[in-house]
Amino acid sequence: MDVRKVAHLARLSLTEEEAERYGSQLEHILEHIEKLDELDIEGIEPTAHAMPLHDVMRDDVAHDACLDQEEVLGNAPAQAHDQIRMPKVVD
Amino acid sequence: MNTAALDIATLREAYDAGDLTPADALTGIAREIENRDGELGSYLSHDLELALEEARDVDLSLPLGGVPIAIKDLISARGQPCGCASQILTGKYIAPYDATVVRRLREAGAIPFGRTNMDEFAMGSSTENSGIRPCRNPHDPDRIPGGSSGGSAAAVAADLAVAALGTDTGGSIRQPASHCGIVGLKPTYGRVSRYGLVAFASSLDQAGPMTKSVADAARLLQVIAGPCQFDSTCLDEPVPDYVAALEDGIDGMTIGLPREYFADGLDSRVRERVEAAIEKLEGQGAKTVEITLPHLDYAVATYYIIATAEASANLARFDGVRYGLREEAGDLISHYEKTRAAGFGDEVKRRIILGTYVLSSGYYDAYYLRAQKVRTLIRDDFRKAFETVDVIASPVCPTPAFRIGEKSSDPLEMYLADIYTISANLAGICGISVPCGTVEEGGKTLPTGLQLIGKDLGEPDILRAAYAVEQG
Repeated sequence: MDVRKVAHLARLSLTEEEAERYGSQLEHILEHIEKLDELDIEGIEPTAHAMPLHDVMRDDVAHDACLDQEEVLGNAPAQAHDQIRMPKVVD
Repeated sequence: MNTAALDIATLREAYDAGDLTPADALTGIAREIENRDGELGSYLSHDLELALEEARDVDLSLPLGGVPIAIKDLISARGQPCGCASQILTGKYIAPYDATVVRRLREAGAIPFGRTNMDEFAMGSSTENSGIRPCRNPHDPDRIPGGSSGGSAAAVAADLAVAALGTDTGGSIRQPASHCGIVGLKPTYGRVSRYGLVAFASSLDQAGPMTKSVADAARLLQVIAGPCQFDSTCLDEPVPDYVAALEDGIDGMTIGLPREYFADGLDSRVRERVEAAIEKLEGQGAKTVEITLPHLDYAVATYYIIATAEASANLARFDGVRYGLREEAGDLISHYEKTRAAGFGDEVKRRIILGTYVLSSGYYDAYYLRAQKVRTLIRDDFRKAFETVDVIASPVCPTPAFRIGEKSSDPLEMYLADIYTISANLAGICGISVPCGTVEEGGKTLPTGLQLIGKDLGEPDILRAAYAVEQG
C-alpha cells in the first residue's frame, strides 16, 4: 500500500514518522485480511445491508422537524451574515 | 446516600415511596462523579444545571420518569456537547438536536445526564483510543474497561451512573459490559434508530442499554426500540413487551454451543465460568446442542474491511467547514489535510486509510466486494444455526480485561480480541452479555461475561435466557 497516496485520497496529511509507522501496521493488518482469499465465493451474493430493507420511501411532503439556525451556526468555526464563513477557495 | 448505586428499578421504587426526588438523584450522582471520576475517567463531561432544569418538569408517572441515563459521547442530546472523545469535535460542537434514542428517553421521562468516555469515534476495544482522557476498569485500575463504550460500562459498574446507553459496531457494548461486570445488549440491526448517532459503520452500528440488571436492560430497550421516520434502516416492526417476557422462563429452550468459540485461544478460567453459566441454563430446563459456525476465523478480516470502508466515508464530513476543529491553510486541500491531521488520533487515521484503500480503484473487488460476500457466508452460518436452536451461547471475550498498554502497540492483536462479538454485527442479529462469574488475577477479581446471541428480533429470547443466568 502506498500509504501517502491513500492518505491523500482521504485528505489526511501524515508526518514521515506516521507514514512509516502506519505503513508497517497496515501491512501487518493486510496480511491477516488476505485470509479471505482462502474462501471460495463463487456465486455468493454480497451483503450490503444486514436487514433486507429496500427502497424505503415516504411521501414527498415537507415536515417541520428543522434544526434551529442559531444553534447550527453556533457550531461553525466562523460565521457572517447568517452563514458559515470559509476562506476563499474559488478565484 | 450514593444515588448512583441504585438501578432503574430501585430508583423508581424510591421515587414511588417519596424517599427521593429526581433532583436528589442527580445531585447524588454529580457528587460521586466529582469525588471518584477523576481517577476512573468514565465521564467526559456532565451538566448538572441543565439536568436539574429538566428534572423540574419531569413526569414521574412515565415508565422512566426521573431516571438519569448516562449517554455515550457519540449520541446527540440537544444542548449538550457531542465530542465522540475526539479533538476534532470536543469543546467545539453542541448537538442541535436529539437522537431518536434520546428523544424516546425524554418522552419516557428519563433525563440524559453526562457524556461518557469512549474510544475516539467508537474505534477501539479498550477506550485507550479516547482522544481526551484514559478510562480505567473499576475492578482493577491498571486494566482497561473495554471499548468502545468503556466509559458507559465503567460508570455503571462503579456506581457512578444508574444506567447508560452505549453503541455496538463490533462488540462495543457487549465486550466492555463483560470486562466491567454489567449487562450490555446489542439489539438486532434496525431495532433501534441510528438517527442522531455519529456514524462509524452505518451497516453495523446499533445503540443499546448498559445496565446493572437484565430487567433494567429490558426496561431501557423497551423505551429506545421502535420505528423512526428519520432512519431508513430502522425496522417498522412492533416492539414486544421485553419486561414481561423475562418471566417466561427457559424451559424447553434449545441453546446452541458453537464449537469454534470454545477452541484454542479461550482462557481456561473464562471457559469454566461460561460453562458453569450454561449448566445453570440446563438446570432451568434448557437443552444444549453443539453447533458449528464455520466462518468464525474470517470474521475479523471481514469486519475490518467493511467497517473501515464505511468509516472512511462517514468521517469525510469532518473537514473543518461546518463544525468542529478548523486549521486554516493556503488552499482547500491543505485546509482539509491539516484539519484532519490535527483532529484525529492514530487509530482513526489508520482505519480511514485502510477503509479508503479497500474501496479504491483496483482494490475494491479484491477487498470490499469479497468481504461483502464473506459477510453473506457468515450471516448464512447463523441462519442455518437458528433453524435448530433458539439462542447461541458463547464467551464474550477470550480473556478477562487486559492491562492498559498491553495491546496498544499492535492494532491487529487488539482486533483479534473482538473475535466472539464481531460476527453478530456482520449478521445483523442481537446479542447480550450477562455477568457469569469472576477470575482472580494479580490479586484482583475480574468479571467475565456470557454472551447470548439471538436471531433477528430475538431480543425476548436472549433477555429471558440472560435473566435465567442472573437469577439462577
